[in-house]
Amino acid sequence: MSRLDGPDTRGHYDELRDASGKVRTHYEPLITDLQRRDSAGVKRLSDTARRLLAERGVTFNIYDDKGMDTPWHMDPVPFVISAREWEGIEKALIQRATLLNAILNDSYGPQQLIRDGSMPAALVLAQPAYLRPCHGIKLPNAKPLQVYGADLARSPDGQWWVISDRTQIPTGSGYALENRLITSRLLPEVFRDARVRRLAGFFRQMQQSLAALAPRPVEEPRVVLLTPGPYNETYFEQAYLARYLGYTLVEGEDLTVRDDRVFLKTLNGLEPVDVILRRVDDDFCDPLELRNDSMLGVPGLVRAVRAGNVSLGNALGSGLVEAPAMMAFLPGLCRKLLGSELLMPSVATWWCGQERPRGEVEKNLDRLVIKSAFRVRGREACFGNRLTGAERAALAERMRFAPDRWAAQEKISFSTAPMWEDGQLVHKPVSVRVYLVATKDGYMVMPGALTRVAATMDSPLVSMQKGGTSKDTWVLSEGPVENITLLSRTSAPVELRRTGHNLGSRVANHLYWLGRYAERAESSARLLRSTLLRCSPESGMSETPLLLPLLEALKRLTVLDDVPDAAALASQQEQLEARLLEAVFDADHPTSIRSCVSHIQRIGVLLRDRISVDTWRVISQLGDALDTYDNTPSITPMSDALNVLTRIILELASFHGLAKENMTRAQGWMFLDMGHRIERTVYICELLRAGLRSADAENPSLLEAILEVGDSTITYRNRYSLLPQIAAVYDLLMLDELNPRGLRFQFERIRQQFEHLPHEKNSALLTPAMRVFLENNTRLQLCDPTELARVEPGTWAQTQVAKLLTQLIEAMPVLNDALTAGYFAHSTISSSDASPAETLST
Amino acid sequence: MNYRITHRTTYAYSSQVAMSHHAARLRPRDTDTQRCLEFSLSFDPEPDLLTEHTDSFGNQVACFSVQKLHNHFEVISRSFVSLMPVLQPDPLQTPAWESVAAMFRDPVPVDLLDPCQFVFGSPLLLHEMPLRDFALPSFTKGRPVLAATADLCRRVHREFVFDPKATTISTPLHEVLEKKRGVCQDFAHLAIASLRAMGLPARYISGYLRTHPPAGKPRLQGVDASHAWASCFVPGFGWVDFDPTNNCFTSLDHITVATGRDFSDVSPVRGIITGGGRHSVDVGVDVEPVGA
Repeated sequence: MSRLDGPDTRGHYDELRDASGKVRTHYEPLITDLQRRDSAGVKRLSDTARRLLAERGVTFNIYDDKGMDTPWHMDPVPFVISAREWEGIEKALIQRATLLNAILNDSYGPQQLIRDGSMPAALVLAQPAYLRPCHGIKLPNAKPLQVYGADLARSPDGQWWVISDRTQIPTGSGYALENRLITSRLLPEVFRDARVRRLAGFFRQMQQSLAALAPRPVEEPRVVLLTPGPYNETYFEQAYLARYLGYTLVEGEDLTVRDDRVFLKTLNGLEPVDVILRRVDDDFCDPLELRNDSMLGVPGLVRAVRAGNVSLGNALGSGLVEAPAMMAFLPGLCRKLLGSELLMPSVATWWCGQERPRGEVEKNLDRLVIKSAFRVRGREACFGNRLTGAERAALAERMRFAPDRWAAQEKISFSTAPMWEDGQLVHKPVSVRVYLVATKDGYMVMPGALTRVAATMDSPLVSMQKGGTSKDTWVLSEGPVENITLLSRTSAPVELRRTGHNLGSRVANHLYWLGRYAERAESSARLLRSTLLRCSPESGMSETPLLLPLLEALKRLTVLDDVPDAAALASQQEQLEARLLEAVFDADHPTSIRSCVSHIQRIGVLLRDRISVDTWRVISQLGDALDTYDNTPSITPMSDALNVLTRIILELASFHGLAKENMTRAQGWMFLDMGHRIERTVYICELLRAGLRSADAENPSLLEAILEVGDSTITYRNRYSLLPQIAAVYDLLMLDELNPRGLRFQFERIRQQFEHLPHEKNSALLTPAMRVFLENNTRLQLCDPTELARVEPGTWAQTQVAKLLTQLIEAMPVLNDALTAGYFAHSTISSSDASPAETLST
Repeated sequence: MNYRITHRTTYAYSSQVAMSHHAARLRPRDTDTQRCLEFSLSFDPEPDLLTEHTDSFGNQVACFSVQKLHNHFEVISRSFVSLMPVLQPDPLQTPAWESVAAMFRDPVPVDLLDPCQFVFGSPLLLHEMPLRDFALPSFTKGRPVLAATADLCRRVHREFVFDPKATTISTPLHEVLEKKRGVCQDFAHLAIASLRAMGLPARYISGYLRTHPPAGKPRLQGVDASHAWASCFVPGFGWVDFDPTNNCFTSLDHITVATGRDFSDVSPVRGIITGGGRHSVDVGVDVEPVGA
């Protein structure tokens, strides 16, 4: 390995080498390991990291780039910190967390600090983050900060600085964990030999600390992770942490407040919630007492907190102390509150609300970063030296108009660490986010961190939002490393369970629709494939009448949209082909295969914490066939379409297979299967009815096509070894209980699932859904397809069989609605303020 | 002067509501010149839960929840309030506005911490620079703070047209400033934001206004309304309320209910419903003078 031989000479602190050019001791094992590999070997590490991250679905949402699910970037070369250095960082950050807690408790309590002038009044009273409805709320353990994150950077003289505090929602610990899982697989030997401290202990402490916040004296309190939903930038992390920590991932509408207590809406009714790990900004948490334009929160939550019936981590209002302006006052506050000096300095900060600092800021604008004094959404920092004369004047005027809203900070030249880029190791500036969790008598620091790398050398900001990359962070241990896993927790025997926690009704709804869309995609693909096979020009016009029933079915199922006359379409080869291709590829066509696939993926994202990694992999690869077509279309689009359809059918088969083999037969499975069966029923009925309505209903070629779409050709041949005969085909696809593609089979499955669904307690009455189902199940059982063999050709559409199919088609939406009303009714909230303006007459 | 006040808020929902939560600030505050002698709330349907607390501005808040299916909800507050005449300082004898603004720059003396929280921007009133341009003509050099405020009040009254159709509850202030139209809430907000733009504390008052029937006509019931005005701080004296909609200092016709930084702090009835489709709200206020 020849790169990076010398020290970084550009005035940064070099994490890898000391001033004499010697590799620092704590980096030696890693560098020796990397040096054993050639350049291709390191590149392989980098490629493997990327592949593992993609497979595990590690993503990050960038707001302004339409970028849902942007892949997470991780450099394979970890950032290494020695045991001695870490000890100092640990001590300093525990002190800082203790200090910030004390400031919060005072600000939401006696406000002694602003009374005696230790801190300017504006730092509490002017802050949007000061949530007045939360003033005076008593927290059970007096620790508003359950989790705290600090961004650190190292200046050229080797000193560590805190460059920002994260107290509202410290994000990223899940990504740090994910990075760790990858590097420990990439570099197993050096990871073991270098004595890298493990992260699991930190998360176990988090579980214990949050459990200890439960107001109820229960054995296993219910902790939920409240997410703003899949559009949030760190949704992946939220779903990942929820799964790792064993918490239910909930959105605001999954929760409800009754009698000043918080409940989770589940299929079995309301279940009490004890602790909420919050990833929704606090001012969005309760539209009743906080921001009333928020629909992410839970109405009444502040009351529940005030009544002491639920605990939040972090507490509502915790954002107050992450204001950049606060940093200017921490040294004095530390002396006052803790009686000691601040162990690690904050980046030099001036608050413009005071006259003297403001004067200094105006004088030294060139070397400062100007930012909002308080953390404000969407407000960017600016660099004094990049402003034009006019911009400077405008800024100065705005600062004079509302000085208390502005702060300035010194620019720090970050230290550099080795990173793999474009085939070689290079020096890149880094900052490190360290996490702390509250314990019974203090704080515990995660022995690791999320290291972020700036995109360019001169970019003074490090941000994943701006396309930075990340690194695992290895904190070395002096002694042997303890091994901890989250699963074996206590020596107490575990209570055996056969069911998980009750399923939330929103999740049940998603699973139901996942089942429906997966089946819709598959059935449409089968129907389209059989149609495409029959409409090649060589097959000749003689096939047209036989094509018609398939087109009719496609039209009824709206796979072919806006087709007034299927017969006319069938006779125009070119137009027909165009419409069929649209039904596969067109993203604007709501029931095209492509649209179904994106529905499946959208729901997949929502269920991220509920489905296995393999299932997620299948779902995320579903669209690949379509993308291949987009990128490299051939000159024969019809055969491309056939290929795509076949691939999708196979991929959906593996999805169904994974679901069938991997999901326990609990409520989640029931709803997935129910959706699957109801959708398939609709498709079979439409196909069979279209067949009966055709003048050629008994034509063997048409019956052949129906068997093919219904994937029952082989079964039929096994039994009859004859040309398809109408009564036998209908018997196989309708009444044969053993045919998984037949109607009876679907009904039997729906019946089984119904038996296990929770019902109204103490009610002897049938649920509306059950009633619809039973009625139609009986009709189906009483049906006699042998009548088809006895009727006059041309009158099939008038038979009892055809009538039954129509009834079943009409019943499915009713069944769907009844299920929705019975199990998924999670109404949305809206605000209903009475404004004086509406009624004023003065 | 005594008043018997009835304030009715009625919601009608187009479909059944599974649950509704409300927070109401309807109880008239006690002030130096006002006593709320009787107060009661009545509901239809009865809420399953009713609690009361005092918010950080000292207003009484009643929180109530209806936890069963309902398609309408009504809350009526009845209060009996006694008012004494308000003593106004002589505007020309108040301190120069610049000296008042200087008191609220850091460090703020501890006895001014309460008014200090009304000097900054608030949820509906961000510190907007155009407001300073609007305020400036009233704040000439060395002018006594209350005289400048009275002039501001007069200008809002003269330059703006009362027009209930021009704005809604969510119309931002700069739009009111452009249109020169609005209702009492807009005018109060305008005056408050102007004072704050000059570095002076100002607060928002929600309450009721006694209406005088035309001469010789009997007083009609239910034609009164909830009203809003503003208040400025005079060091050494305290808060002085003024009504930009009617260009006056308040006295025996204005009944104070709640005070805050802007409307969002004192919304008389705030509600969040679960389900219910569309809803309509109807509000009726009756302010009946009693005795003398």
